[in-house]
Amino acid sequence: MTILHIMILIPFVFAIFVPLFYKYFNKRLHTGWFVILIPIIIFVYLLQLIPKIASGATIYETIPWIPSFGINLDMYVDGLSLIFGLLITGIGALVILYSIYYLSKEKEALHNFYVYLLLFMGAMLGLVFSDNILVLYVFWELTSISSFLLIAYWYEREKSRYGAQKSMLITIFGGLAMLSGFIMLSMITDTYSIREMFAMSETIIAHDLFLPAMILILLGAFTKSAQFPFSIWLPDAMEAPTPISAYLHSATMVKAGIYLVARLTPIFGGTAEWFWIISTVGLITLLYGSFNAVKQIDLKGLLAYSTISQLGMIMSLLGIGSAALYFGYGNEAAMYAAAITAAIFHMINHSTFKGALFMVVGIVDHETGTRDIRRLGGLMTVMPITFTVALIGSFAMAGLPPFNGFLSKEMFFASVVKVMEMDAFNMETLGVLFPIIAWVASIFTFIYSMILVFKTFRGKYKPERLEKKAHEAPIGMLIAPIILASLVIVIFFFPNVIADLLLVPAVAAILPSLMEENVLEIHISAWHGFSAELYMTIGVVVIGTIMYLTLKKWTKVYRLYPQNLTINALYNNGLESSQRIAASITNKYMTGYTRDYLAYIFTFFVLLIGGTLIVSNSITIDLTNDAPVNIFEMAIILSMLVAAFTVLLAKSRLTAIISLGVLGYLVSLFFVIFRAPDLALTQLVVETVTTALFLLCFFHLPKFKEQTKKQKKGVPFKPLNLIISIAVGAVVTVFALSANGTQIFEPIASYYEDSYELAGAKNIVNAILVDFRGIDTMLEIFVLCIAALSVYTMIKLRLSRREK
Amino acid sequence: MKKPNDIILRAVTNVAVVIILTFAVYLFFAGHHNPGGGFIGGLAFAAALTLLFLTYDINSIRANFPFDFKVLTAVGVLIAVLTGVGGILFDQPFLFQAFDYFDLPIFGKTELATAVLFDIGVALAVIGTAMVIIMTISEDR
Repeated sequence: MTILHIMILIPFVFAIFVPLFYKYFNKRLHTGWFVILIPIIIFVYLLQLIPKIASGATIYETIPWIPSFGINLDMYVDGLSLIFGLLITGIGALVILYSIYYLSKEKEALHNFYVYLLLFMGAMLGLVFSDNILVLYVFWELTSISSFLLIAYWYEREKSRYGAQKSMLITIFGGLAMLSGFIMLSMITDTYSIREMFAMSETIIAHDLFLPAMILILLGAFTKSAQFPFSIWLPDAMEAPTPISAYLHSATMVKAGIYLVARLTPIFGGTAEWFWIISTVGLITLLYGSFNAVKQIDLKGLLAYSTISQLGMIMSLLGIGSAALYFGYGNEAAMYAAAITAAIFHMINHSTFKGALFMVVGIVDHETGTRDIRRLGGLMTVMPITFTVALIGSFAMAGLPPFNGFLSKEMFFASVVKVMEMDAFNMETLGVLFPIIAWVASIFTFIYSMILVFKTFRGKYKPERLEKKAHEAPIGMLIAPIILASLVIVIFFFPNVIADLLLVPAVAAILPSLMEENVLEIHISAWHGFSAELYMTIGVVVIGTIMYLTLKKWTKVYRLYPQNLTINALYNNGLESSQRIAASITNKYMTGYTRDYLAYIFTFFVLLIGGTLIVSNSITIDLTNDAPVNIFEMAIILSMLVAAFTVLLAKSRLTAIISLGVLGYLVSLFFVIFRAPDLALTQLVVETVTTALFLLCFFHLPKFKEQTKKQKKGVPFKPLNLIISIAVGAVVTVFALSANGTQIFEPIASYYEDSYELAGAKNIVNAILVDFRGIDTMLEIFVLCIAALSVYTMIKLRLSRREK
Repeated sequence: MKKPNDIILRAVTNVAVVIILTFAVYLFFAGHHNPGGGFIGGLAFAAALTLLFLTYDINSIRANFPFDFKVLTAVGVLIAVLTGVGGILFDQPFLFQAFDYFDLPIFGKTELATAVLFDIGVALAVIGTAMVIIMTISEDR
């Protein structure tokens, strides 16, 4: 257990205590004040790692988790994971600060909120610092689950539940695909460690499973990072409280896919497939997101589509940058390494300005009661500080100076222009599309940025359309967005501080081969002459302004596309029909009668055991070594037969139940004869309790005879049941006799005979139960506990329904 | 409904329950070296309670055992898991059971084993489960 491990696990541990804080202190102090300590502590810890990582060192710590399977908590800190760690904890602290003012401590279920939030934070930290792919996967799914819980935080709203389910289905689908990809990777390389896989990159690329593994893993990354066509979950995830949207669905969780792609670039990068899939999907997502953002009327919906578009942009940059590994060294490689730099840089910038914008939208929503663009307007004079923050955030998003978005947007333009000249991967023909798509998408980005700030804060103030009387937010709520907005400006003026401390080690982690070449030199400057990218930005501003002003004239194009052909409609129809089909299949065999279920169980039992016996040809009945059956045993068997037939032929149920009890007691008598006192005792007591239980249920069972009396005497005869029961009896008998007659390997019984030395117990049975096979017993009492609770729940549910 | 004349049953039950309960406790502790153990002990205990319940009614059981059997089940499972975790704290595998011999006053040389703790969990879970099921079903009239 090292400090690094403690830092990653502390959110989980602290989450356990959050409900206690909520219960005892929330009346006096908002629970958030306790929770905020955690991200701050981790943030400070990560901050002091910066000098060490910036000097080129990395940190690797491990503690065993499941060592027998090679699954250990291998934690690895390098430039890439450090940036993510800082974002997770830094933005996390700000978001918690913001949430303290956003969520009322009287009305909201804060204990749930902060438990989920901490769960997410821990999972996300684990995800970015894990070197073991299976551990990474576990944390990956934990982020999906915590995101699900947070979207459904206001679970009484139907839309929240819908959004939560959608995000869960899509991201877990991707997660499972990714798991199978990971398993393929580990089959190829025979290791779970990502770093060890780096060295085997060539083996992986040459392997047959290379393409399937890569596509499956990318499915995970694309679903998580809301890439087209999996992006549909993100707009619906906006039903979450705004702090969550700011944190999970713009700054951190959706960037997990980006992280994964960046992290695996040294393995897959440099191949044409990786380059094309990622840059194409990224560019399509970029265009799709920005185009759709313009038509949104909900401010959060707009931000959701803008996030999709920005994620697409970062993704496409990672795709373009992966070409650096194809060239491997020299100037050519350095040129594409600049795209990776731009990706990481823009990711940091995006977290700052988008975080600020989400918080601004949250404030507007909080203070006016609506997020509908059509009802908002003229808030500039009412909320001047919020307006300023929104202005800074939007202009950074649009890519204007003097804000950090300008720098990374220019770097993006430079990369797509450069990629046109690439003489590999068939770029000669299609390369020209890259800058065009990028440029068109940027125009739409400009337009929606303007819509966000000007439609909300300029124009006519319409107080009668708002649900509340608008006023400036309390100062506490403004602190977090102000910090983020100041970062937006600070980064613009001092980009190279970030470049030296964070970007260089991060790019070195993504492109390790270039690090050895020593060609990594990152220098970001706002002014670099009259180059293509500057002209592109000027074009974006000019055309974007014209289109923004003529918005009403061309928004009709959005109605051209038929509603029932959208991916959302596809998803809804698919979900609905799968539920319908599943229900119809299930209703066919789930009849609600125990006798039917027993028939299924026994049929499967006969087929499985009997089939195995026949297929493996293991029916050997050898009675020569068996002891003779004496009269006493014979008598018991006869009594059992009588009891069994009494059950079948009984005229009243009471007789049947008691005969069943007789049968059970006689079995325990057998255990006594064969000197198994523990079994005999157990059988006796179990028989007693179950018979009592049966008698209790007596009242609830339908009449035994009456409805059949009219037809004929006794229980109606069912031939199928007869066949099944005879088959069960035959299979069990043959199975027992064969097991007795064959001995494939040494019996393990002799091990248990030493129980007194091993476990200090003279009773072998008990030693097995509590010591040798303790985990079996533990799980058995789990089952008991679950059974008790289900009986309780089922009956109580039925009772309460009857009362209604 | 006519009141049943069950004076004999009641008289026998009053004595028998005490005997069964004692026997259940004996079975529980005997488990280490003789037939018995948490599962059997717990079930025997539950059988005694069932007898009480069949003779009297659910309310008298409630009055005499004023705790929630659902909680009892959960506590049992929790004890079992925690004894398992105890092993980890001493750098042993999960569910590792230790035993040693001590010289205690009155008892003399006695063996103390952590397995007993685990068995307590099993017994509580078994009693709880049996009683939860029996009591819930009988309430459903």
